[in-house]
Amino acid sequence: MVAVAGGVIYMASYLPKHAPLWAALVLLAVAVGLQLANALLLWRIENFAWARFFQVWRWSLLAYALIAGMIEFAFLYDHTRGTALVLLTLLLALFMLNVPVLIAFTVARFQATD
Amino acid sequence: MAVATPAAPGISVERPTFEIVPRKGLPIVALVLIGVVVAIARDSRWGLVFCHIVGGGLWTGIDLFVGFVIGPIIGRMSIPARIEFSTRFMPKMLLIMPTIVTMTLAAGFQLARQDAFLDTSNPRHAWVVASFFVVGVMATIALAYLEPANVAVLFELRKAQPDGRVIEKLMKRFVYTAGITGVMQVVTLIIMTRLVS
Repeated sequence: MVAVAGGVIYMASYLPKHAPLWAALVLLAVAVGLQLANALLLWRIENFAWARFFQVWRWSLLAYALIAGMIEFAFLYDHTRGTALVLLTLLLALFMLNVPVLIAFTVARFQATD
Repeated sequence: MAVATPAAPGISVERPTFEIVPRKGLPIVALVLIGVVVAIARDSRWGLVFCHIVGGGLWTGIDLFVGFVIGPIIGRMSIPARIEFSTRFMPKMLLIMPTIVTMTLAAGFQLARQDAFLDTSNPRHAWVVASFFVVGVMATIALAYLEPANVAVLFELRKAQPDGRVIEKLMKRFVYTAGITGVMQVVTLIIMTRLVS
């Protein structure tokens, strides 16, 4: 979340001009790495309330897809194009995927296992 | 947003039935979000100012009021009273807070663009970047730390025998972060008033 928020803030603070991309790329790489590690650690958990996890994850994903969609709309409306748009979209996609996992995990860890 | 709930393990008190996400509120949320999209798409100055001022005022007001006034009061209530308050209050917060945050940020970004504050050569650009940073800190705390706890507490409260220790553990997150959120909200007020003065 910190890497995603940092990346979006960094890119957005330069709009409508293009930011130097290396810092955003580093933050994106860190966010992707952490997200994958997150998924791996989650997958390795035994005795977990997966049914509850996926129930909460689905609905949270829907809510955050809407929020990320609105932010993406604002960037498109402001004529953000090219590499900057690709990076912002990827960062938003990570945001959209990350928050539901955090919510679903926090709920499921206190529920009875499947 | 901060509330305190029960501390005793294995709570067995009367709880009102509740929906984790109040469905009746969803049309209002949809209406607000559509309003924001329309304001952005039409580049309506009044619409954007309205969304930003109303959303921002509510966000700051609710955060400070709940964190520093309502939260400590709930902390001193009896356990059944805390449970009853939380089961009625927290589902509404689950809808209200993300909606006003989205409304404030989306409209604020467009206003910054209209006023050329996003231009790196603008003398007030640094204030906008500072506000991005403050919002980033608040969003990370709210989304990664508080909202999951809020939802988890609601699921716990729906159990036949909620575990007071789990609820207490999760609710401590609100206490730990109330100070940071409060400081960030005051900083936001300073930045925003500096920007337009």
